[in-house]
Amino acid sequence: MPPFFKGAFFLNSMDLLIFKAPILIVQASMDGILLGILFALIAYGMALQWGVMNIINIAQGELVIMGGYVAYFMYVAGIHPAFGVIVSPIIMYFVGVGLYKIVINKVVDRDMFISILATFGISILAQQLMNFIFGADVVVANSNFGTTMLFDNSVTLPNSKIFSAVVSVIFAIGLVFYMKKSRLGRAIRATAQNSRAAKILGVDTEKVYAATFGINAALCGVAGSLIAITFTLHPYVGLPYTVRSFMIVIVAGLGNLPGVALSGMGLGVFEEFADYILGTEFRIGAVFLLLVFILVYRRFKLARKREYLK
Amino acid sequence: MKIKNIIITFVSAIALLLSTSVVSFAKVVGDKIILGAAVSLTGKYSTNGKHTKNGYNMAVERINGMGGVKVGGKTYKFEIIYYDDESNSGRAAQLAERLIKQDGVHYMLGPYSSGLTKAMAPVTEENKIPMVEANGASRSLFTKGYKYLFAVLSPANQYLEVAIDLAVEKNGGKPVNIAMAFEQDAFSQDVRLGIVDAAKRTGSKIIIDDKLPKELNDMAATLAKVKATKPDVLVVSGHSKGALTAIKQISEMKVDVPMLAMTHCDASKLAKQHGKNSEYALCAAQWHKELTYSDKFFGNGIKFDKDFNAAYGYAPPYQAAESAAALLVWKDAFERANSLDKDKVRDALAKTDMETFYGNVKFGSGGQNTAKPMVLFQVRCEGDSCANRLVAPTKWASHKLVHPTPKWSER
Repeated sequence: MPPFFKGAFFLNSMDLLIFKAPILIVQASMDGILLGILFALIAYGMALQWGVMNIINIAQGELVIMGGYVAYFMYVAGIHPAFGVIVSPIIMYFVGVGLYKIVINKVVDRDMFISILATFGISILAQQLMNFIFGADVVVANSNFGTTMLFDNSVTLPNSKIFSAVVSVIFAIGLVFYMKKSRLGRAIRATAQNSRAAKILGVDTEKVYAATFGINAALCGVAGSLIAITFTLHPYVGLPYTVRSFMIVIVAGLGNLPGVALSGMGLGVFEEFADYILGTEFRIGAVFLLLVFILVYRRFKLARKREYLK
Repeated sequence: MKIKNIIITFVSAIALLLSTSVVSFAKVVGDKIILGAAVSLTGKYSTNGKHTKNGYNMAVERINGMGGVKVGGKTYKFEIIYYDDESNSGRAAQLAERLIKQDGVHYMLGPYSSGLTKAMAPVTEENKIPMVEANGASRSLFTKGYKYLFAVLSPANQYLEVAIDLAVEKNGGKPVNIAMAFEQDAFSQDVRLGIVDAAKRTGSKIIIDDKLPKELNDMAATLAKVKATKPDVLVVSGHSKGALTAIKQISEMKVDVPMLAMTHCDASKLAKQHGKNSEYALCAAQWHKELTYSDKFFGNGIKFDKDFNAAYGYAPPYQAAESAAALLVWKDAFERANSLDKDKVRDALAKTDMETFYGNVKFGSGGQNTAKPMVLFQVRCEGDSCANRLVAPTKWASHKLVHPTPKWSER
């Protein structure tokens, strides 16, 4: 039997496993949702600045990893890494504002291609700098939060993941309120709607842009310290986070926060199920395939709309 | 027109003269034998690149300090030309070209990692330049019929075979159920092939065979499957990230498995980073300081460990030890060939059969080291301090293997 068929046969037995042990469906769903919420937080930052500044930030993942290192160094210094979710966003906010002042403000009114190149450059630079400063070792920050066992020990959820999800939700809700109620939040939303009109009405758009980029970096800082607790850190593992958040935003659409949360969780759950049913090697491929379907579906929907408008 | 032709001829003649003179001088300058090496000093392999370079340097100093290399009645000293390959395989191939063509190097040392060695080997092979490498274990390096590639380390497929044999032995000689999770890269997949062979040989059954995408740092799904199927052995390989992620999630999800076998435990500083959570993990290694091999340059492993620590301020991981061994192999080959001719040295390399502090070295037909077994150690803790303890092969074991691993509820 050629190896491929052997693999496929094996996948069938794996496929059975999830039905033989239906409790795994609960496990997969919970894992997917918890992971998805964390990704949604990163995606939310991306959607925010994409919507306001029309910039796709390729360096999103690197900002996340940088935020993670803040938590890691707190851990090394003997402080519990969970406090990183408070310290890291503050530091990362200033990193974000600094990046805006140095690079982004020069590309913010150019076309998107230039900004993609610029942030791509930032991402490479950030990787190399982190490698240079923090070293190329893979590091972990142990939270020792313990484990939650459900259904007679058959579903296990690390408390660090639950903690991550809860913190993500808190920050997301906090941000929504901030955007609705505060002066700066209103200015940001106004700039997103129509930057020229906002400028005429007295909004300092330059400041708004800097703040937006800073807020995005701060969100990345929060997500990064959560990732330091739940997973591992390495200067070069930022890209998957960029890609994932990009995908979530694409699926949800801009300016659609509940959509970002839902698509984050949805993709998380889809990925977990793809792992059980198709096999681990196909889980990321499956998510990308889904993305293609969604984009094609969107196109059809849009095309139909245009016809209707005619 | 004529003048132009004359100038061109003149310039190319000078260029030719220069290049040939560089070539003939660079391989041996005065009483120095020049070796070329591209190692990763920046980029993602920079930590291991540093270990490699330190290993090379330490051996060069030691050999030079103890009388150097005697060829044809004359004494030579080793010197290494280093370039930084930036952890990039394209760059590594370029640098190999540069070392050979521009610097005229006739004797090469390997880079760090299988991927970069794979990139350099075709270049050295094409130019018929012998390369002794110490950090490329991928099996595919040794199946291409390379004549000028020699590796002092055991090939990747041998890394964890021993663990399966051990599990079968502990199971009273009966076949075991194996769950495995390997990253999708050349090295880890080679380790996987070794396990597949071992499973066939022992009649064991592979019940989970997950191939982790490179960008993945979440093994929760694989571990949930392991919890549901209760295998006898769980094998994980995915460089440092894989080892650290596995221990983190196994301890968080309280996955009980009688034997957990991994790679890259010492490169990832597993025992230090995860402490008690990593206890009882079984790890494959090329070398451990407690092995009792010896040579006249470094004494034995314990002595090497001490000297390396004194010179570089940290305990040598096996990457440093195998790199140092590569230089011992070069010295031995030069002296047996009693010539500086690269083809004669190559033939001498092929006939190498020696003992070093790192282990015996004897090259198989593909260039892999066939004389040295892999060793297994187990992470063991005393109080809060955890360390890697040698448990197999039993000949050198300093500690007895703890099997099965105690359940999380009893720890």
